Amino acid sequence: MSTLRQPSGRPFDVAVIGGGVMGCTVALFLARGGMRVALIERDGLCRSASGVNAGTLTLHMTRAALIPYAMHGWQMWMEAEHWLGSSVLATPAPGLSLAFTLPERDLLRVRATARREHGAKIDLLERDAAVAIEPGLNAAVLEAAFSATDGFASASLTGRAYHVALRAAGVQIFERTAAARIEQTNGHYRVHGPETQAAPIRIDARRLVMAGGVWLEPLFAMLDIRVQVKTLVNQLIVTERMPPVMRSVLSIANGLLSMKQFANGTVLIGGGWQGIGDRLRGPVETIPENLTGNLRLAQYVLPALKKARVTRIWLGLESETADAMPMVGALPGRNDAWVIGCVHSGYTSGPYIGKLLAQTMLGETTELPLFDPARLIAGAPEFSHREWTQ
Amino acid sequence: MSEFDVAVIGGGPAGTHASLAAASTGLSVALFDDDPSAGGQFDRALRCELASSKVSTFFAHSVWAVTGAYRIDAVGPQGPVHCTSRALIVASGTTERVVPFEGWTTPGVIGLAAARILLNSQGLLPGRSTLVAGCGPLLAAVAAKTLENGGKVEAIADLAGTADWVRTLPAMAARPDLLLQALKWWRTIRRAGTPRYGRHSVVRVEPASEYLRATLAPCDASGLPLNAHRTTVLADCIVVGHGFTPATEITRLLRAEHRYSRGAGGWIAVADQDGRTSRTLLYVAGDAAGIVGAAASATCAMLTGLACAFDLGAADPSRLKRRMESLRGAQRRAVRYGHAMAALMAPSAAHADSIPPGTIVCRCEDVTRAEIDAACDAGAHDMNQLKAWTRCGMGPCQGRTCGDIAGELLMRRVGAPSREAVGYFSARMPLRPVTIEALTGDFNYDDIPIPQAAPL
Repeated sequence: MSTLRQPSGRPFDVAVIGGGVMGCTVALFLARGGMRVALIERDGLCRSASGVNAGTLTLHMTRAALIPYAMHGWQMWMEAEHWLGSSVLATPAPGLSLAFTLPERDLLRVRATARREHGAKIDLLERDAAVAIEPGLNAAVLEAAFSATDGFASASLTGRAYHVALRAAGVQIFERTAAARIEQTNGHYRVHGPETQAAPIRIDARRLVMAGGVWLEPLFAMLDIRVQVKTLVNQLIVTERMPPVMRSVLSIANGLLSMKQFANGTVLIGGGWQGIGDRLRGPVETIPENLTGNLRLAQYVLPALKKARVTRIWLGLESETADAMPMVGALPGRNDAWVIGCVHSGYTSGPYIGKLLAQTMLGETTELPLFDPARLIAGAPEFSHREWTQ
Repeated sequence: MSEFDVAVIGGGPAGTHASLAAASTGLSVALFDDDPSAGGQFDRALRCELASSKVSTFFAHSVWAVTGAYRIDAVGPQGPVHCTSRALIVASGTTERVVPFEGWTTPGVIGLAAARILLNSQGLLPGRSTLVAGCGPLLAAVAAKTLENGGKVEAIADLAGTADWVRTLPAMAARPDLLLQALKWWRTIRRAGTPRYGRHSVVRVEPASEYLRATLAPCDASGLPLNAHRTTVLADCIVVGHGFTPATEITRLLRAEHRYSRGAGGWIAVADQDGRTSRTLLYVAGDAAGIVGAAASATCAMLTGLACAFDLGAADPSRLKRRMESLRGAQRRAVRYGHAMAALMAPSAAHADSIPPGTIVCRCEDVTRAEIDAACDAGAHDMNQLKAWTRCGMGPCQGRTCGDIAGELLMRRVGAPSREAVGYFSARMPLRPVTIEALTGDFNYDDIPIPQAAPL
């Protein structure tokens, strides 16, 4: 952690609030682009959604419109050593999304078609072809959607990888520093740390990036901007180490299961079944019916899991906007203030979307467009994004 | 689903006394324990008292989840069960601490507490020949019991010196019965001619033909080995323990407030003298509330059971108060004795400095001290960062064994002012590993309440 509690002298070029994958990637590429960057995080880097998610790098659970971003993000994770400096153990694996009933088969076909239209290479497989890819699969499977662009990472390593990279890039990291207040003075932003701290932290910066995940709503309120950010409380379950029982990443047609076996033999079961929690209290506890439901689904899909022992169950908070599409771009009505967040299944595409925002802020042209937050902001002036970014 | 006024987790002396006290006021009580019967190896009379009480016992039931206010999920011989209760008393006991040394994971090296259970409840010797090492009153208890059962004790290596024991005498005098017991153990040991090495620690264990060779080194008051003459001892079992840490998984899971207390053995739930935590109708009793030993545990736990009954509005509160006041004197004496014993086993922060870089700290995930140091140097500043970056504490034991040592190493490596500053591993369900089939039971695909589809 930084020892510079109250930076003196000139303000930072940019203060990024929120040290998840989104905030860290923006901070990293801005610093490499020559900016002096402060990264402010309420906990430790990537300790919330970015560090406790299932690490699934898949297109089967990605919203169709985000497929091109997810494909770029997948590539970045697989090559993390090159741009991030160290690995999060990203591993390619065949991805299968499964249908066990006729309605699920219809859903599978509709979803595969929509994702294909956005560039995903997804093929529909008959039962035997699916079982050939994943021999442990329940033979009751009717049909499977297959994608070679799939795999997984160890999300818990994300914070470590970014920590090293950000420090090497000269980013000033403020961990365990929750932003309490933001002022606009003398043409820059001033971010105040926790009010209770003995030595108050004030960070001045010419630009501001809001990357606070589920905490975006209260962060926006500090700038008098009203945006509703919903908090999902996703349940995750991991088994103890076991002999190989699967070699693919498995999901089901409607997206409510993710499953993979890591190199160490543990099987991670997720899929977004909900637990109890919120942004004030954090994750609180599981809902017994949802725990049983998620495990039944996992065991049904892969019967060998029956004898596996569960060693850990936890919950992670995920942010979602009113239309479940991301918020990435300049904030309307505020000079040099930006937002990045609420990307559905955002771990996969996170590095790429973060890089896109950094490129935009550095005045570079980007390969793909951002996601204008103006559509979500109550009473926002009808300005186009460009008027505020140039 | 069964409903109770009080659920008690842990059927050792504390949990049993708390259950009996609460049930004696007319409350319905459910007592859960992993073991097949109450009181473990400690007390036959207590077991009979429990059997004739109205306490509903769930022995051989492994509690894997505690949620809400309060729901207890357990797996027993007949499969999964759950119940709800208005109040919860956590009497989950302790985990033995072993400060790792070279070779501590070698087969044949076991804990003092494990050896004691073998000797007391199963009448088994830990080995044909034994080295007993570490600190605290269990050294004498295990050595004497081994000798009484016809075993051979090659030596006792005690981190404490004679002077350290003498200092505890005034407090031990508060419980003459227990002091006498300790003196009997030492007489047995002296008669057998077992050598005792005071202010010595085990620094290495290695296999040597059919034996284990242990290297002992003189150490300073904190347990750090000194650069002086080494002694080697051959034995086929090395019994070693460096005190106990309170088992706080349940109170951490329920997010009660905790504090670190070196004297009490580590992290403990913040609680009043009757075991009331910061969370409504959640109590801690016995060593799980801070190390005080079996004698003090029993008295304190009775008070906790009565306090819980009082808080739940049991009948005749003034009589309850009188019963509680009548126990205060015994509580004070037992706690005074317990604290003196706990002090002999309290971890010294410098002791962790003795762990060699290549030595494993987390046995479940094979994480070495060097890997922990490297993560600290890379920027891990709290326990959960350390866990995420190294997998230390991510295995089936959930950090019960390594958490205390990892905390010491992290605090010292990053120069944190206190253990509070580096925090503790977040507790996670399940409290004990549980098979998927125990949770899923029989079902059809159509019965699975699969939620609405994620947006496309």
